[in-house]
Amino acid sequence: MKLEMKDSPGQLVAALKPISDVGGNIIAVIHQRDPGSTDDILSVQIVLELPKGRLDDLILLLKEQGVHIQRIGEERLMYRRTVIMIGHLMHTDLSDTVDRIDSTGFAEISELSMSMPAVNERSSSRLTIKSITKLDMEKAIGILRTVAREKDLLLIEPMEETS
Amino acid sequence: MKIAILGLGAVGRGVAEMVAAKDLGISVTGIADSTSGIINPAGIDIPAILAKKQKQGFCGDKHISAGEVLRKAEYDTLVEVTPTNAVTGEPGLGYIRQAIRQKKHVVTSNKGPIALAYKDLRRLAAKNGVALRHEATVGGAIPIFHMLEHGLAGNEILAIFGVLNGTCNYILTRMSDEGLTYEQALLEAREMGYAEADPTYDVQGIDAAIKLVILANTIWGNGVRLEDVDRTGIDLLTPDALRLADEEDCTIRLIAEAIPKKGLLRVAPRIIEKNHPLVVEGTLNAITIETDMAKEITLIGKGAGSIETASAIIGDLLFIRDCYVKRA
Repeated sequence: MKLEMKDSPGQLVAALKPISDVGGNIIAVIHQRDPGSTDDILSVQIVLELPKGRLDDLILLLKEQGVHIQRIGEERLMYRRTVIMIGHLMHTDLSDTVDRIDSTGFAEISELSMSMPAVNERSSSRLTIKSITKLDMEKAIGILRTVAREKDLLLIEPMEETS
Repeated sequence: MKIAILGLGAVGRGVAEMVAAKDLGISVTGIADSTSGIINPAGIDIPAILAKKQKQGFCGDKHISAGEVLRKAEYDTLVEVTPTNAVTGEPGLGYIRQAIRQKKHVVTSNKGPIALAYKDLRRLAAKNGVALRHEATVGGAIPIFHMLEHGLAGNEILAIFGVLNGTCNYILTRMSDEGLTYEQALLEAREMGYAEADPTYDVQGIDAAIKLVILANTIWGNGVRLEDVDRTGIDLLTPDALRLADEEDCTIRLIAEAIPKKGLLRVAPRIIEKNHPLVVEGTLNAITIETDMAKEITLIGKGAGSIETASAIIGDLLFIRDCYVKRA
């Protein structure tokens, strides 16, 4: 989210405190002063993770601190993994393959790159999956495993992230 | 220490050469290949025998069999380096059992017997008060079992990940670097002597799966078998797949993994970041061990080769000499 606040000592801390109050996790704070500006208004961008349903509480608390919220952009799907599938992807209904993930509600195919060397040859594709949680990602890859078996496709999974 | 060597292929030759060339306090009193044998309690003249083998195709007396060397030679430790048979483990399995029953220590590079009957052989060795070591079965020169047993003693091993087949790694490296097709890279691997005429064992991940079974049995004693490994080979990979991975700063490697807590035992091509420690070039092998205390440790080294494998066998021999033979 992008915030505006008075450029006076203690203001930034005052704006960050409500985030931890609602159980949020600050990922990044980007704060750049415009050297030409004589304004006493400070503009700050904050990237954060919030528990479900706490966004309205945070907005309220920030307003109480006199902080003006310029913009809120919500990214629902936080996890991103890439898989590669090889085989007769078009003949085995590619849109169904994609839909099997998109229809889950917790994950989606956000990108698809494909190469088709010749009509009857196997094609190769790279699918980027996004999901809400890590567990959802495992489920989504599990679904693709099943689809690959059904459609006789070779699924190449990414290495696990080390713990 | 006196040793007998069964098998005089690349590995047996490497061991014999190094024992002859280095002053290790090891003498060879018996040698057998598939058709002949030689026994000499005073110590065999290794260079003469190797020269004979090269010239005639066999090393000793056609009337002396491997079984006879096993029974009649005077030795503390058997070096069993006959070819791997993944289905029956023979003839190596029989030789190893026989030697243990005669209360001889055994060092082997033979994957068949260890993958098929490790638990059984361990029990037999313990009953007879002798050592059974198999460092050379996995990762060639990489001292993985020594590290697990000694360097990481007291650690709980949580997971293993490995690049365990040099042939596959060579093919994937060439496909990735040069955009070769699988068929072209395989042909090249054959010309370089890295792939067999029948590459099935390597490219379908069977060799890597056997090594994974050996690792799992040695570490966790869980009795898993080759059939338990979820296995996918590299023979259906396309150059496009490698290019698609490359666009994301990744590549594709054949990874063997075992994570008991997740019930995972798998060999499959995987997308892996190029700067990952398991991404090694050419025929190299690499093994990452994940433990509770040490966390991740990766070893990289030569996975095959006559002298490289001899390094692992000689490490085992000297360990046995220091821990068992000297004391006796």
